[in-house]
Amino acid sequence: MTATQTAIALWTLVLKEIKRFTRIWPQTLLPPSITMTMYFIIFGSLIGSRIGEMDGFTYMDFIVPGLIMMAVITNSYSNVASSFFSNKFQRSVEEMMVSPMPNWVILTGFVLGGMARGLGVGVIVTLVSLFFTRLSVAHPLLTVGVVVLTAALFSIGGFINALLANKFDDVSIVPTFVLTPLTYLGGVFYSITLLPPFWQGVSLLNPILYMVNVFRHGFLGVSDIPVAWALAAILAFIAGLFALALWMLERGKGIRS
Amino acid sequence: MAEPALSIRGLTKVYGNGFHALKGIDLDVAQGDFFALLGPNGAGKSTTLGVVCSLVQKTAGKVEIFGIDTDRDFARAKYHLGVVPQEFNFNQFEKVIDIVLAQAGYYGMPRREALPRARELLTDLGLWDKRNGSARMLSGGMKRRLMIARALMHRPRLLILDEPTAGVDIELRRSMWEYMRRINREEGTTIILTTHYLEEAESLCRQVAIINHGEIVRNTSVRELLSELNTETFLLDLAHPVEETPHVEGFEVRRVEPAQLAVVVHRGQRLNEVFAALGEQGVQVVSMRNRANRLEEMFVSMVERSSATAAAEPAQEARA
Repeated sequence: MTATQTAIALWTLVLKEIKRFTRIWPQTLLPPSITMTMYFIIFGSLIGSRIGEMDGFTYMDFIVPGLIMMAVITNSYSNVASSFFSNKFQRSVEEMMVSPMPNWVILTGFVLGGMARGLGVGVIVTLVSLFFTRLSVAHPLLTVGVVVLTAALFSIGGFINALLANKFDDVSIVPTFVLTPLTYLGGVFYSITLLPPFWQGVSLLNPILYMVNVFRHGFLGVSDIPVAWALAAILAFIAGLFALALWMLERGKGIRS
Repeated sequence: MAEPALSIRGLTKVYGNGFHALKGIDLDVAQGDFFALLGPNGAGKSTTLGVVCSLVQKTAGKVEIFGIDTDRDFARAKYHLGVVPQEFNFNQFEKVIDIVLAQAGYYGMPRREALPRARELLTDLGLWDKRNGSARMLSGGMKRRLMIARALMHRPRLLILDEPTAGVDIELRRSMWEYMRRINREEGTTIILTTHYLEEAESLCRQVAIINHGEIVRNTSVRELLSELNTETFLLDLAHPVEETPHVEGFEVRRVEPAQLAVVVHRGQRLNEVFAALGEQGVQVVSMRNRANRLEEMFVSMVERSSATAAAEPAQEARA
C-alpha cells in the first residue's frame, strides 16, 4: 500500500472504532461517569472529609488523579478487548484480513480507537471532578503525556486479550481478576508510604502504581516513586506489548486456522 | 499467454488435530473464466479458498494470484481479490453504507471514489434504499447481496463466491446469477464459485473442478464433463394412466406413477424408438423432462468413485 492508502485505511479503522463506542454511549461513556461520581461523593466528600490529608493534600485532591487514571485504564482496555473480540465473534475481522491492510495498521487502528475512548472517558471524569474540587495541574505536559501513554499501553493489552479469547467470558476475566485488583492496589486511594515496608516492596511490582503516581505527580507535584523510572517503565511496556501483539497478529494467533 | 488469475501448486493443509484437509492440490483458473469448485461437505473447498484469501494458513505449496506469489507479496495480490464467504461476516449492528465504505477504506480507496462506487453497487443489487438501515434488519438474501457489494467495492479482478446463493429463494437466486454473469461478461471479472446447487454450476460456469478428500478428482470444462455422461433418465407424463409398465426393447422403463414413466436412455440410443414403441402400445406421451440435473448425476458418481478409492487405499497400505 502507498503511504496515502495506508493513512486512509488507518483512518477508516479509527473512525469506525470511534463510531462504535459513541453509537453505544449508554454502555461506554455514561457508566464510568456515574461510577466515578459515586466515588467522588462517597470516598472524596463523605469519607474523605474524615480522613484528613494525604501526602499534604485533601483526600479529595489526592484521589482525583487516581480515579481519572482508573477510568482511562479500564475503558482503554475494555474497548479494544470487547471490540476486537466482537469482530472475531461476528467474523467481521475477516473484512480486514482479506484486505491488503498491514497488520500493524490493524493493531494501531484498534489501539487508537481504545485510546480515544479511554481519553474521552478521562475527560468526562475530569469534568465531573470539577464539581467536587478545584483541580490544579502542576506539570501539564507530563500529565497529558502519561495519560496518553497509559491509554496506549492498556489498549494494546486489551488487544492481546481479545486475540487470545475464545469466548466472551475470556474478555472479562483479565479486567475482573487482574486489572481491577491491580488498580485498587496501585495507590489510587492511598499513598504506599502508609503500608509496612514489606508491602511497599510488593506494591513496587505493580505497574499501575507507576502510572497513577506519575499522573498524580503531574497534577499535584508529588509522587511515591521516581518519575523518570516510571516513564521509562511505561515506554518499555508499550514497546514490548506492541511487539508481542504484532507478532501474534502476524502468526494469525486466534484469528487464522 | 496471460498468466492465470489463480494458480495453485502442491497446496497442502494439515490442521492442528492432524486432519489432512488438502493433499497437495494443483489448480489453474484462467483469466475471465467462470469456474466452479465442487465437492461434498468437508472435501476441502472452503479450506482451498481460505488459503487463497489468507484466512487459512497453508502447510505447504504455492499460490499465485495474477502471477503474484502470495508468499512474497500477499498485500499486492489482495488488491485483485474479492471474497464473498459462505457465512455472514459483517458487523450486524452497522449501517449498510458504513459496511461497504469501510471495506473500500481498508483498500485505501478515498471517500470521494468510494461513495459513487457504493451507490452504483448498492443500486445494482437493490440495496440503495436500505443504505442507512442496520445490516441486521436485512433479509437473508439482502445480506448475501450486501456481501457481494462489499467484495466488489475495490473492483477486484478475481471474485471468490463461497456458496453465494445458499438459502436464497429461486427468484432472487436467478437475479443474482444474472448479476454474476454480467460482471463476468462485461467487466471481465474472473469468478470462482463453490455451490451445492449443481444446476447453478451447470448454468453459470465454463470450467469445473471436483474436489474430494482434499484432492482434485477432476478438472475440466463443464461441456466436456457433460459429454461423458453415459446415461440420462427422462420422465414421461402420460395422457392416460397405465396399469402395467410398457415394455420397450433395449430400454429400461419404470412406472413411477400410474400416469408417469421413467426411461433410462444410454448414449447412442434414440428417444424416437421409445416414442414409437409406446405409441404402438397405445401409450400417449404428453410431456417429457430430465429426472435430475445432469451435472448432479455426474458429480454423485464421481464423488462416489473417489470415496471408494480413498477407502480402499488405507486397506491396501495395511496389507502392504
